[in-house]
Amino acid sequence: MQAKKRYLILLSAGACLLLLFHLGGVQLPAASRSRHDRSRHAYRPDQPWPHFSDPLHPFLPWDQPDTEEYNLHISPRQKRDVNAGVYKGKRCRMDSCFDFSLCHRNGFKVYVYPQQKGDKISESYQNILSTIEGSRFYTSDPGQACLFVLSLDTLDRDQLSPQYVHNLKTKVQNLPLWNDGRNHLIFNLYSGTWPDYTEDLGFDIGQAMLAKASISTENFRPGFDVSIPLFSKEHPRTGGERGYLKYNSIPPFRKYMLVFKGKRYLTGIGSDTRNALYHVHNAEDVVLLTTCKHGKDWQKHKDARCDKDNAEYDKYDYKEMLHNSTFCLVPRGRRLGSFRFLEALQAACVPVMLSNGWELPFSEIIDWNTAAVIGDERLLLQIPTTVRSIHQDKILSLRQQTQFLWEAYFSSVEKIVLTTLEIIQDRVLEHGSRSSLMWNSHPGGLFALPQYSGYLGDFPFYYATLGIKPHPKFTAVIHAVSPLVSQSQPILKLLAAVAKSQYCAQIIVLWNCDKPLPAKHRWPATSVPVIVIEGENKVMSSRFLPYETIVTDAVLSLDEDTVLSTTEVDFAFTVWQSFPERIVGYPARSHFWDSNKERWGYTSKWTNDYSMVLTGAAIYHRYYHYLYSNYLPTSLKSMVDQLANCEDILMNFLVSAVTKLPPIKVTQKKQYKETMMGQSSRASRWADPDHFAQRQTCMNKFASWFGGMPLVHSQMRLDPVLFKDQVSILRKKYRDIERL
Amino acid sequence: MYPSGKYSSRGPALIPRMKTKHRIYYITLFSVVLLGLIATGMFQFWPHSIESTADWALDKRSVHDAPLVRLPVSSPIPERGDLSCRMHTCFDVYRCGYNPKNRIKVYIYPLQRFVDELGVPISSTGLSREYNDLLSAVSDSDFYTDDVTRACLFIPSIDVLNQNSLRIRETAQALAMLPRWDKGMNHVLFNMLPGGPPDYNTALDVPRDRALLAGGGFSTWTYRQGYDVSIPVYSPLSADVELPERQPGPRRYFILSSQMAIHREYRAELERLKEENGEALLLLDKCSNLSQGAAPARKRCYKGQVYDYPQILQESSFCVVLRGARLGQAALSDVLQAGCVPVILADSYILPFSEVLDWKRASVVIPEEKLSEMYTILKSIPHRQVEEMQRQAHWFWEAYFSSMKAIGLTTLQIINDRIYPYAARTYEQWNNPPVVKWSSVNSPLFLPLIPPRAPGFTAVVLTYDRVESLFRVITEISKVPSLAKLLVVWNNQNKSPPEGEKKFKCPECTAIDGLSLDQTHMVERSECINKFASVFGTMPLKVVEHRADPVLYKDDFPEKLKSFPNIGSL
Repeated sequence: MQAKKRYLILLSAGACLLLLFHLGGVQLPAASRSRHDRSRHAYRPDQPWPHFSDPLHPFLPWDQPDTEEYNLHISPRQKRDVNAGVYKGKRCRMDSCFDFSLCHRNGFKVYVYPQQKGDKISESYQNILSTIEGSRFYTSDPGQACLFVLSLDTLDRDQLSPQYVHNLKTKVQNLPLWNDGRNHLIFNLYSGTWPDYTEDLGFDIGQAMLAKASISTENFRPGFDVSIPLFSKEHPRTGGERGYLKYNSIPPFRKYMLVFKGKRYLTGIGSDTRNALYHVHNAEDVVLLTTCKHGKDWQKHKDARCDKDNAEYDKYDYKEMLHNSTFCLVPRGRRLGSFRFLEALQAACVPVMLSNGWELPFSEIIDWNTAAVIGDERLLLQIPTTVRSIHQDKILSLRQQTQFLWEAYFSSVEKIVLTTLEIIQDRVLEHGSRSSLMWNSHPGGLFALPQYSGYLGDFPFYYATLGIKPHPKFTAVIHAVSPLVSQSQPILKLLAAVAKSQYCAQIIVLWNCDKPLPAKHRWPATSVPVIVIEGENKVMSSRFLPYETIVTDAVLSLDEDTVLSTTEVDFAFTVWQSFPERIVGYPARSHFWDSNKERWGYTSKWTNDYSMVLTGAAIYHRYYHYLYSNYLPTSLKSMVDQLANCEDILMNFLVSAVTKLPPIKVTQKKQYKETMMGQSSRASRWADPDHFAQRQTCMNKFASWFGGMPLVHSQMRLDPVLFKDQVSILRKKYRDIERL
Repeated sequence: MYPSGKYSSRGPALIPRMKTKHRIYYITLFSVVLLGLIATGMFQFWPHSIESTADWALDKRSVHDAPLVRLPVSSPIPERGDLSCRMHTCFDVYRCGYNPKNRIKVYIYPLQRFVDELGVPISSTGLSREYNDLLSAVSDSDFYTDDVTRACLFIPSIDVLNQNSLRIRETAQALAMLPRWDKGMNHVLFNMLPGGPPDYNTALDVPRDRALLAGGGFSTWTYRQGYDVSIPVYSPLSADVELPERQPGPRRYFILSSQMAIHREYRAELERLKEENGEALLLLDKCSNLSQGAAPARKRCYKGQVYDYPQILQESSFCVVLRGARLGQAALSDVLQAGCVPVILADSYILPFSEVLDWKRASVVIPEEKLSEMYTILKSIPHRQVEEMQRQAHWFWEAYFSSMKAIGLTTLQIINDRIYPYAARTYEQWNNPPVVKWSSVNSPLFLPLIPPRAPGFTAVVLTYDRVESLFRVITEISKVPSLAKLLVVWNNQNKSPPEGEKKFKCPECTAIDGLSLDQTHMVERSECINKFASVFGTMPLKVVEHRADPVLYKDDFPEKLKSFPNIGSL
């Protein structure tokens, strides 16, 4: 008992002591500090910013701008002229070295100088020129042009290179339209030569803009020059290979963490970083390999490590490393940019940049922090720790972004050139240019045309990002080609069925028939407005014109002989609301590679998959009307118009090229085809035997313009949730689809 | 204390064997503890008053107590800013080091009062209210360090916000005297009003070596991209005026011009626009005869009619922000605060925080030359875009313009993002207002990829103890050609998973009444859904009316030609 008491007392005493220390211990230092502060008076160097009690002056007396302004005599117009006169050469900006007025007259048109006989042009430069000539910006009339591109090959300005063009200076000065390079764009991949590799082009570029690879921040004139990636002779002109990432793996780590394989320069410019790489190499997950074996007299300069490095270098296969590494080091070479950059990007190997002062490709529009790790050459030794600290979610996102950027802007010469031109166009049309979101998110700036709308919610791509939904109704566009003769014609039934849909806002009848418009009373009375538009030139492409009367986001495109019920229309629209960037509809078709004929084939057979949904009965976003009319080249559109065929295939090519996804087929109505064919008028183009053969030809023509086959197969059809399930038909919302 | 008194009075009876010595020992021990506790208690309550007197003493601090530093005439002057400076050439990253938080450390020099040899101060205003606010905010932030040796970035306490109040040469000398100046390396200067008459340069004229400049009126020719930071010109009205929140939508006026000091050429042009378009435009100017006592900064007039500023800004869809003598205008801040879309006419101006903010979503930039076309240009902008811009404009003000704290910390964050680019804030973080952050959906798998079939799939089967059912599932699923791996999650703590072919019976399974089980089950699951929705703050699930089937599902078509003939036959 006593012992217990004693323990109790000891315990409580202990507890009290603990409490004492706990409370006092924390408190005391603070108290001592405040005492300390007071004793030291106001200013100790290492203390937080004090709270002053004085009434302080505001930094800006309210009338200062006022008084200043009235002291200002120089007119703002004069000031602009002064600026324009002063800032030339290395200080060129759009405001001082570019004549905007040339672009306001005819829009953004690009002129390419005619090629002179005897001028040799490299394949790469030829590709650049033919891309421009094939683009919608091209004009052959210099009087219309806003931008001028030389036909003199300026890509390789390394004097030691066989591609080097001599006497460029005189040739350029003699051009009649040169005008000191004003509104000219000069493409360049290599400048300077051994040993200093300056960025000088070896001729006076005057006020011309540079689209240059490996450009340094020091020489880069922001908002004026364009930094382009270094690409090889083999870089394809159009299309281009897709990114190597086929599927996402989670966790996203690969066999290697960080790899590099490349030349080492023993001396001279750019050698420091590569010479130091061996410090970081660990032969396990960080594999950084260099070789001294390059150039004629490497043996002369070779250092103590060369033999060991060369041996290690030969042990690894570059391609294997590229595919199996999470990060790829992109150190500077002699010049700031290197081929490694595009290689890593395509391989979904997140580039780790070690090239201080390199103005990264398309830096004006691409947010490289989302796809690369921007390292600092000075902190080379920290690089492994840095990349290891990057969270796996971030790696997953970086990797996907490499693929997006590769396919959007880099995979072909065409994309690189068009991106360059679009960047300059954005500057010219300042208030109607793309926001950073449009450049850096799917589908990218080349497919998101800002002239369509400045509002992101008007495009099919940004609903999720902005947290908004498309307009809850659709506009039906019926393509009419045959005259109205009887009241039982399919078009009238179709009109009535579509008008009954609860989601229908209006119906547009596009009158592409040679006969004059029928009188107003001939159209049935409907609850929604019916607008009849007489087709321009009555050509096929007019069905995809971006009519201003289309006010909804969704367009229901219909042929005049399409047979659809109201329920089917309703269901297709509800599906489209979940997939606003795709084509959602009924008649599905497929493509296949015909290996005997070595060409693409087209089939309308009922198969287990499909890659097109025809626009005779399909819903898609109205933006694709704009894209069809403004993005596609005249050559393809006029082909469609001449054949009066294939417009639906072309639309499918376009939408799949943008989304990289297949269209969506919704519930098959029984014997859709037979009904359609049976009821179609005799004049229908479907009855024409040539029709099918033409469609094969179209496919191949389109594929060659797109630089590949954009169509994607799908095995999925979307049906109403209880479709053909064994439950009472009364429980089914879209029961009519089954009844048909 | 209670027990000690009790024991001491009844001690002999309760603790007979305890010696007096011990007793005294215990009593002393308790008294000490007791006293200690009381003292601590006193400290707990008293210190508040002690601290508050200390605070009060702090508040009593005056800028006039700052040590006086006399600048010799011959004191060195820094070089003019080097236009080629970039982070990799003029900034010492080694001072920032590797740090797991990826946050730079910022040191603020203590306040000093610099005077020339005659005792005249280098600045007519000394420390301004705004610069003081900025420095306090930095010192209260996570960036701050009081350890000069650990700092990555240094902020001088010399106030250069307004070049007008500075003596250029002496200010430069004062900068050079800072103990860690070292050619301005890793120093940042905050300046909102650069230049002076007659040319009004667009960057601070004070020679500053390699110091980076957070400047409020850069033109493309003075801004060192990726090195300097373009900041707003703070508007004092931000603190003084609270505007009621207005939802984006149509406004009474279409275009409003409220700046007082507009060059007469431009004012003439605006008046011409007004003549053409009438009521849609409101052109305000300074009031000529205001009653006494009215703050002239808070009033604007049009033909004798007086309007409250900045309240009137809320009545217009677009508000003109024209360049003045300087490119940066405090009016931009007022306009954003009002949720009015700024129409910026200032050629070659580098917009505030343009390195991270997407101004195309919040403003309209028109070349000065096209002022006369302003109306047509603005009319072509869709309504919904105007609304998005109004929302975006107000959000920019709230997050980045509203206080010196916001301006200062945003600047530091931008510099921080350059030093640790792999940990930089994202476009969405900078640009999306909270309402978008909440409602937007950003899938972590955003790349449109159709994965190949080759790697197959992994089946994960959750099981409790219905072993027969488990075996049936396993048998069925293992027939699937693209199955790569099958993972069974054994979710029963009381039994160990069966081994090999051993089979278990499940007597309970049949005993439970199917229906009642079903009902409790549903109730539980509904509760779950409600709980989850409340945790998410919203219902993330969406209802759709479609389901995916194979292309030829239930079609009148030979079954053997179908890829997936047996679906729906279960």
